[in-house]
Amino acid sequence: MTEPAKTPNVFTQAEIGWTPWAQPLAEAELTERHYTGLVDASRAKSPYFLLLAHDPEVLEARTKADKDIFYNPEGGLPRAERELAATATSRHNGCIFCASVHARFASTHSKRRDDVQRLLDEGTGADLGPRWNAVTAAAVALTDTPNNFTTANIERLRSEGLDDFAIADAISASAFFNWANRLMLSLGEPTPAQ
Amino acid sequence: MSNTDLIDDLLGIVPGSHLDLVRRHRSVARDNIQRAYDALFEPVDASQLSVLERAAIASFVASLHRQPHLSAHYAEKLAEIEGGKLLSAVVEDAVDQGATHGPYGNYPAGPLSNENQAGLHFVVSAAGRQTLGSRLSAAFDHAHLLVFRPRDASADAIAALSAAGFSTAAIVTLSQLVSYTAFQVRLIDGLAALAAATVGAEPAAALNA
Repeated sequence: MTEPAKTPNVFTQAEIGWTPWAQPLAEAELTERHYTGLVDASRAKSPYFLLLAHDPEVLEARTKADKDIFYNPEGGLPRAERELAATATSRHNGCIFCASVHARFASTHSKRRDDVQRLLDEGTGADLGPRWNAVTAAAVALTDTPNNFTTANIERLRSEGLDDFAIADAISASAFFNWANRLMLSLGEPTPAQ
Repeated sequence: MSNTDLIDDLLGIVPGSHLDLVRRHRSVARDNIQRAYDALFEPVDASQLSVLERAAIASFVASLHRQPHLSAHYAEKLAEIEGGKLLSAVVEDAVDQGATHGPYGNYPAGPLSNENQAGLHFVVSAAGRQTLGSRLSAAFDHAHLLVFRPRDASADAIAALSAAGFSTAAIVTLSQLVSYTAFQVRLIDGLAALAAATVGAEPAAALNA
């Protein structure tokens, strides 16, 4: 390396990193209360989760809600499209790190890596086909502040074949990333891929 | 810990209704969204960020989002806490002065710079600071940044909070509080739209069968 690595300044599906601006807990400081908050003991290796572990009760609730919204396989929106909603939300808010992680998940689960990349490159106006456009438009409307989400978004999702369980998943995934984006953006910054 | 569900209360969702079934389809999420609220407003440890500060910040954030049910909820909550009524008018002024539309802000210099979008950089007014104090004023400045221009967040913004007396734990809870409220607003608005669009819709009939 002849020049210092730069902060990532484009949306990417590469495995970039993240570094905190405030001091995470050290693994040696963790008590039972902190491990309960971390939910998975393996998260004690992550500076992001070790920083959030300063408030373990909120972290625990955040993490359990996150997992149910994204990983619960019971009906609702296919995982790929929950990840699409997370990616579109992150793209609209401008969270380069969040977008990178969830774009990779969206690509893995949809096998539509090029379409996901167009969302990152062109932004949320990219034409990704009617169903993905409806999910993306819903994410954008809900992410605007104040939001612009209306029954027209619901009707459009329905016309693309989403039932109400799937629509609720799309709403939850986009709403949740308005939480996650603000945490990641406020507490640290992305670092280059290794 | 309360047994009620705030989002159900605010939206008038009753047991057995269509929206209740939809929410309970992700019951772990439903329960933990409420638990996060309980953890923020009935904290195990309020020593780093007081419940009064939390209610004032949540009231500011909900009102900036113009979510009527949640704004009213947090305004009431603030008024119920000792010292809260004194802050209510200042919160309302700050909401008026901070009203705008997001998300906007800047990206790290590079190809995304052409997506940079200018907008209000809110700071609490001099009059507001007299009532709120420097600590809560710094929290409001930061909350406005996170609500409308999250991509402008910076190490300097964190340093400003530290300088105003916030510990690392307080900064983490503040970030969670603002971010959670931003989530809560959107879940409420999303579910309200779903409820409004549901009457007579076929999937609803199928769910209720």
